[in-house]
Amino acid sequence: MSDVPEVDAPVVLDARGQRCPLPVIRLARLARELGPGSLVRLLASDPAARSDVPAFCRMRGHELVEVTDVTDVTEVTDVTEVTDVTEAGGDHTAYLVRVSPVSATDPAAAP
Amino acid sequence: MAHISLQPSRRVLLDASSGPLHPAARDTLLAALDAGWADPRRLHREGRQARRLLDQAREVLAAGLGVRPPEVSFLPSGPTGLTHGVSGLLYAARRRGARVVAGAVEHSSLLVPGRHRAAMAEDPTLFEEVGVDGFGRIDLAAWEVALGRPGTVVAALQSVNGEIGTRQPLASAREAAARRGIPLLVDAMAGLGRDPAPTDFDVLVGDARSWGGPGGVGLLVVPERTRWRLPGAVSELELGRTDVEPWVPLAMAAAEAWQQTAAVREEDSAEARELVDRIRAAAGVIPDTEVVGDPVERVAHVTTFSCLFVDGEAIVDELDRRGFAVASGSACTASTLAPSHVLAAMGVLTHGNVRVTLPLAATDPDRAAGVDAFCAALPDAVAAVRARLGTDRL
Repeated sequence: MSDVPEVDAPVVLDARGQRCPLPVIRLARLARELGPGSLVRLLASDPAARSDVPAFCRMRGHELVEVTDVTDVTEVTDVTEVTDVTEAGGDHTAYLVRVSPVSATDPAAAP
Repeated sequence: MAHISLQPSRRVLLDASSGPLHPAARDTLLAALDAGWADPRRLHREGRQARRLLDQAREVLAAGLGVRPPEVSFLPSGPTGLTHGVSGLLYAARRRGARVVAGAVEHSSLLVPGRHRAAMAEDPTLFEEVGVDGFGRIDLAAWEVALGRPGTVVAALQSVNGEIGTRQPLASAREAAARRGIPLLVDAMAGLGRDPAPTDFDVLVGDARSWGGPGGVGLLVVPERTRWRLPGAVSELELGRTDVEPWVPLAMAAAEAWQQTAAVREEDSAEARELVDRIRAAAGVIPDTEVVGDPVERVAHVTTFSCLFVDGEAIVDELDRRGFAVASGSACTASTLAPSHVLAAMGVLTHGNVRVTLPLAATDPDRAAGVDAFCAALPDAVAAVRARLGTDRL
């Protein structure tokens, strides 16, 4: 084990159970914080994220590296205690995003 | 842009998809309550008068659409016309196949029953949705491929999209269908009275609300050449195309609205186009805002745009508070938690969406002032919502 994290290990942002635009807003905040070239893995269950994450990336010049559907049923251990499967985790989509090489602190400079 | 102040009481209605009624149609409706209340199938004087008035309404609309009066039926709504239109084509072609091909941005009253039918039959191939480009225009190459699959007996495409305004290439789409002997159903619910009436169709569906008519009047046009029949026992009503008797006063109001709107259609649309272009320009300079739909090949009075980091419900409320009534295709702004299937199919931003449907000049003579006031208020309204969400510096 090394103290230096793997260069390309994405920062995971869990926005499952949150409705758009919240997942996109949180993704934008994190992208700004991490800076150009960093990798974020956003987990979101809102169906609107399906359109909005790719649209956001296009508008801000971020690269959407990969979109994966995750069937996360294993997380739900006791169905009787689950009132809202979405909030409990459940099926979601993972979006791997590489932050735009252009500085996110200057939106005017983004393409 | 000059700042235009509004009286606090002045409401600017930019959501004209369901009204308001054309003032002349309103007068006709009120008069028709006395003149046309009777059952047009009765043989007494009042019944015969109602029959005459209903026939007149049919003649006006048939002439406007370039078809013969018996080819036109009044249905309870445009969406009913869509479901009946598809059913009649499918039943007439039941020996050749059962597949329907439709555009991915068609009205939900066409998509939902189509998907349901395929799901019930456990055969997803029975309903194929053809994708669209970033402007919402059908992919004609994919349309050709879908029509070519065996068992395809119905093709369905809208003339214009009621959310984004984009026109569909009806002539090419119909040519591809006709080459394979497949009838094309055209949904003209969003364009009639605003764009020229379509000529490339085998079945046409309209809704009187698009030309300033009342709710509760759908049109189903089945030309004589088209093989079409509803399954089951066929009623005598409306030439066998519905089992709901049209209410004569509504049909008369729809015909009156058509005459009024058609008479000034070109100038009304030219002005609407110019006004909508102002809205598109004003929205386009707001940071992180996508103006959606074809910039040129579009119906004049509809446009939509989406603002990044803005909640759809919040922007509709904010604009409403400032005196503007707009619609939205964002999730949670209608009766559904899902965003507009049209925006999703186009791959554009679905949150922070604002949809404008400009009223006819006849229903709002001050619409130009309303549009200018909207353009002036919009940047601040978006900024206010972003500030509230803490997203103004993102």
